[in-house]
Amino acid sequence: MRRLLPFALLALLVLFAGAASAREAAPTAEDVVVEKRMVAISEELRCLVCQNESLAASQADLAKDLRREIREQIQDGRSDQEIMDFMVGRYGDFVRYRPPLTGATLMLWFGPFALLLTGVVVLVVYLRRRSRRVAATLPALSAEEQRKVDALLGGTRDTTEGRKP
Amino acid sequence: MNRFLLPLGIFIVLVAFLAVGLNLNPREVPSPLIGKPAPAFELPQLHKPELSFAPKNMLGKVWLLNVWASWCVSCRQEHPILVDFAKTGSAPIYGLNYKDPRADALRWLKQYGDPYALSIADAEGRVGIDYGVYGVPETYVIDKAGVIRFKQIGPVTQDVLEAKILPLVKELNK
Repeated sequence: MRRLLPFALLALLVLFAGAASAREAAPTAEDVVVEKRMVAISEELRCLVCQNESLAASQADLAKDLRREIREQIQDGRSDQEIMDFMVGRYGDFVRYRPPLTGATLMLWFGPFALLLTGVVVLVVYLRRRSRRVAATLPALSAEEQRKVDALLGGTRDTTEGRKP
Repeated sequence: MNRFLLPLGIFIVLVAFLAVGLNLNPREVPSPLIGKPAPAFELPQLHKPELSFAPKNMLGKVWLLNVWASWCVSCRQEHPILVDFAKTGSAPIYGLNYKDPRADALRWLKQYGDPYALSIADAEGRVGIDYGVYGVPETYVIDKAGVIRFKQIGPVTQDVLEAKILPLVKELNK
């Protein structure tokens, strides 16, 4: 039993050491808030090194530095807008995933909708013209044919219910 | 005949757009700093860390600020061109040593030659952020009033030097 005592103490020590370091790593409440805001801002920003990644996702060195910069500015009490202006002032509108509406970005914002609208208009015009053309080329029905059609159409309701004519 | 002309026209316009798009370099982001005063800073010099350098010391001179690092591969590509340019003496080049351990930077300059009037150590990369640096090497041409007039992203090539930097320096020095 006495031999086991040092081992038990050692085990306890290890256990508590682990607990102590775990507590050290836990972020404070303020950190969580800052970190959340930092992530929210950096998700709106493009990483300039790997341009298809957001600043929040990128592991590039510059992205890490910029995240540090954003974090510090949040701690200094700057607003989201001020931080955004800071980034745009240095890297241009290109860093924003949602570029502002200016003369140069009109096409970017409304181009797809304009194309869609044009497509719909072209389609409607084409279909109308086509149906008119088809109607014009069909020969008119004779009186006999018209009577048959009426008879068939009149009969469908009763005899072929639930079936396609 | 007419019904094929319109789709053909649209196709040609589309091809033209795509051709231009393919030939643009997506890494070249136009800098919002052009035409604006060079951001102020004060940093220790690389060779004599006890001395500092600030861009306002350069007022009244046309100068080049070249961002470099020993870990940067394309810096080696442009380096001989900068060394040659420094020999002509048309404008002083100041080096911003970006996020580089001092010993590495000094060894690099010894090995490849030092075209810089002096180098400034930006160990934290903070000045780099103020200058919108995102791809080392980058080179700025700054005029007598301390305004950034030109920015080269990526290595300075002989073409860029002759077509853009040299004429601009000459004009600014008038």
